[in-house]
Amino acid sequence: MAVMVLSAVALGSAAHAGSDAGAHAGWPHITKPIKGTHCVKPVPYMLRYHFDLLLHQREITLRKGVHGSKYDLTNCISCHVNKNANGQYIPINAPGQFCQSCHEYAAVHIDCFSCHATTPQGGGDDQTAAR
Amino acid sequence: MSDDRNTRETAGDQTGTGGIGRRAFLGAAGAVAVLAPGLGLAAHAFEARPDGVPASSKHRWGMLVDTTKCKSNCHVCVDACNKENGLYEEADPKDTAQYIRKLTVHDPDTGYTHYLPVMCQHCTHPACVAVCPTGASFKRADGIVLVDRHICIGCRYCMMACPYKARSFDEYTEKNQKWYNPRGLGCVEGCTMCAHLVDEGKDPACVTACNKTGGGAMVFGDLKDPTSEISKRVATEQTTQIRADLGMDPGVRYEGI
Repeated sequence: MAVMVLSAVALGSAAHAGSDAGAHAGWPHITKPIKGTHCVKPVPYMLRYHFDLLLHQREITLRKGVHGSKYDLTNCISCHVNKNANGQYIPINAPGQFCQSCHEYAAVHIDCFSCHATTPQGGGDDQTAAR
Repeated sequence: MSDDRNTRETAGDQTGTGGIGRRAFLGAAGAVAVLAPGLGLAAHAFEARPDGVPASSKHRWGMLVDTTKCKSNCHVCVDACNKENGLYEEADPKDTAQYIRKLTVHDPDTGYTHYLPVMCQHCTHPACVAVCPTGASFKRADGIVLVDRHICIGCRYCMMACPYKARSFDEYTEKNQKWYNPRGLGCVEGCTMCAHLVDEGKDPACVTACNKTGGGAMVFGDLKDPTSEISKRVATEQTTQIRADLGMDPGVRYEGI
């Protein structure tokens, strides 16, 4: 049920995508990615199935030990995280940020970030960066 | 081989990768290694696994600890582990996660005292995996025993089953985790043999630190590769598994205990 609500909300906000994303009162504020031109899948697919991709990926990454997939959570974060005025990353699960904004609106709790890092640290696409 | 190296060195100079030849690059990398213990270069008999390739049962990662070289007041392995895996001293020290710890073993009859690091022994037949009710505790194809925190319910059965006390329970809401070592409230955790480093072709942080600034007591390698240093040494030297009688076949072996 919660999933249905979330996707309905997400698709609704997709219609508002663009410069006025989130401007509509009541809609979640979907922030623009800080890099990249397109997502790993078409946006409507990601809105509806991003959790399925992550659920599948976690098995592959952890249990099989496969690295370098484009569906890694670290890749999501490296594009969709935002920086504050001081140039520091804002945790992606902070209020109003990419993940939290939509999930808060739909009242769907995100479990990912009780364990996973919420800012880029050189993982995923940034793997060559200093660690 | 030498021809190949020369060719590559020349190519490196010509293609203008900052004008850095192989030798100069290694020198620079060595300087970085001195500044950043635990991340430096080490002699390797294994390579990084390419992206997209799963862990393979062709490998069996193991460790050999020479306790005669392990010093009483040295904790570089523990410190390196904590730093690498993002572990912090908790307000109550007994709640602090221990992926590796130093033990002092004393024989009261003879007075002989020695020291050894103990971490997850990455058993072939791990008790933690056998008892886990959800399948969260699992063994990767290459023998590294891990916790799948996605499905760990925090029952701590594995902590009771492990004869090495290798697992810890996270009782705190965590922040600032390392991206390669997610950890959080309500899950059991333990030594990962630095799987993220091993997959990159690097030694675990404790081994690197021990060989750089510690006693040089630890060797990491592939027990299934007969040419690896660890395989040669376990084949020619007297090594011991802790509690070998339990039949779990630990991947970590010790000398001098």
